[in-house]
Amino acid sequence: MELFLHQLLAGIATGGIYACMALAVVMIYQSIDHFNFAQGEMAMFSTYIAWQLLAWGFPYWIAFAFTIVISFIAGVVIERALFKPIRNAPVLSHIIVFIAMFSILNSIAGFIWEHTIKSFPSPFPSQPLFNNRLIGAHDLGMIAVTLILLVLLYVLFRHTRLGLAMRAAAANPDSARLVGIRVGWMVALGWGLAAAIGAVAGMMIAPVVFLEPNMMLGILLYGLAGAVVGGLTSPVGAVLGGFAVGIVENLAGTFVPVIGKELKLTIALVLIVAVLMVKPSGLFGRTAVSRV
Amino acid sequence: MAVREDIAETAVAAPRLGGLTVPAWQRLILVAALIVGLALPLFLKNFHVFQLTLVMVYAIAILGLNLLTGINGQFSLGHSAFYAIGAYTTAILMDRFGVPYFLTLPAAGVVCLVAGFLFGLPALRLEGLYLALATFALAVATPQLLKLSILEHWTGGVQGIVIIKPDAPFGLPLSQDRWLYYFTLAVLLLMFVAAVRLVSSRTGRALKAIRDNPLAAKAMGIDTAFYKSMAFGVSALYTGVAGSLGAIVVQFVAPDSFTFFLAVSFLVGLVVGGVGSIPGALIGGIFIMYIPNLAEQVSKGLAWAVYGAILILVIYVMPTGAAGFVRLVTGRLARLMSSNR
Repeated sequence: MELFLHQLLAGIATGGIYACMALAVVMIYQSIDHFNFAQGEMAMFSTYIAWQLLAWGFPYWIAFAFTIVISFIAGVVIERALFKPIRNAPVLSHIIVFIAMFSILNSIAGFIWEHTIKSFPSPFPSQPLFNNRLIGAHDLGMIAVTLILLVLLYVLFRHTRLGLAMRAAAANPDSARLVGIRVGWMVALGWGLAAAIGAVAGMMIAPVVFLEPNMMLGILLYGLAGAVVGGLTSPVGAVLGGFAVGIVENLAGTFVPVIGKELKLTIALVLIVAVLMVKPSGLFGRTAVSRV
Repeated sequence: MAVREDIAETAVAAPRLGGLTVPAWQRLILVAALIVGLALPLFLKNFHVFQLTLVMVYAIAILGLNLLTGINGQFSLGHSAFYAIGAYTTAILMDRFGVPYFLTLPAAGVVCLVAGFLFGLPALRLEGLYLALATFALAVATPQLLKLSILEHWTGGVQGIVIIKPDAPFGLPLSQDRWLYYFTLAVLLLMFVAAVRLVSSRTGRALKAIRDNPLAAKAMGIDTAFYKSMAFGVSALYTGVAGSLGAIVVQFVAPDSFTFFLAVSFLVGLVVGGVGSIPGALIGGIFIMYIPNLAEQVSKGLAWAVYGAILILVIYVMPTGAAGFVRLVTGRLARLMSSNR
């Protein structure tokens, strides 16, 4: 039982990482209606910027804020420079540009900051909270940050005019344009927000997995998986999905005999596909209904 | 009859380029390409012949993906898995059972057809991104499954399997690489002709109808579930045969040659060549074979950044791939010519 509890909490801790990333995935999905393969690499790059700022001697929270601002601007610039010109190209062409961005960011980060593994500081105390033996302070802090982000996003999307306009631009660009929403800029804003959330995720994740150009690859997979399980249209679902993936991954690795350890990733993915079989739009997603 | 010819003469539908119609040009280019393809290995070093053989192998794999994505409108990030199944089928048959290499090709095809069909069945319920994720899971799981310790007796685990390169038969005076080139070329031609026939058949029209409007297709009485799973199966067959050829050409299979990266490469080749275009697959094969090397020559440290930049450039210049680009250019040229007359 204690082993189970340990693994469960460890799962929640890693799940926090995935939840963070899943949130960024859902964010971009909400504003551009497909999935950005380069999301993880953008987050990785932001984290390197934060690392550089820290290396230059900025205090943590100032570097944190600067990184978010820089990432937001970079996200908007990327949309304007790279994706606006091919707005009318087929979806597959967009995906290829995502792949291109992926390899460019990964390669440049490795070129500037080298491929050696760097440690990244955590803003939270190193002593576990209340001296419990089950979950570290950084894990708790990370989960708290994820939840704060979730609340902020919820308020933005549900209770502000801007959020409404962004949702409208994503859901039905033509009608949105007709009622006077500047759809192009809403999309750019979505990119900026996704980049900013990615930056937060990166800075929260880096103390755990250490900083290196490929740090995000696996995490992005699990994040995407979490987002899909929870439903790509629901930020709450994405966060819960992220936690679920973390828990399943850990429990499967411990309790499934023989193949459990070797096929941790596979088992998690198979479960996701199984969920999709039963509920194709994810556990919390709205079922898409289209007029014929 | 006379009226008909009259229409053909005046209609823009049959534009001429330098005295020949577009289909006639296509035939001419096809014959020229075939002659070049037959003659090329005689003038090249073995290593370059080997590279060209791999181009054709990739072209077959991309063609498989194209049948699924371009013709049937289903998305896959998991074709590295079928490539791996094909490669391992051949490797295991050759290494453990001593089956001659040319007989392993159909075997790999059948195994992949079944695997693809079975995977296509549950995938029926998924669309777009969700299907992408499911296939993606397949691609990520493949290397792990191949490394599995309980299968090690068959797959050779992390080490993989080494295959012996076949000699040219009947004492033909060809080096092993040249012989494999011609062998692959023959398979390529067979597969391409079969694909063209398939796409222009009744089945092909059904597949395209499902891509363009699944509901309308269903209403017309097309068994969408069957055709969609079958598209997965046939697509996997093509990619599996490519994997089988790839294993023979490279003489080696190992789990880490079949990562998600390979699936992405196929996708890149598909889009660069042109989604839905059968000859485009060859251009895609050339791209994924040579452009990474080219990028590495430009800059060693930033090779992948250069590759990404080239990729973005290609998409900007040809948003619909090489095939769409050619169509655009010939269309413009033809209009230009006919308006000059």
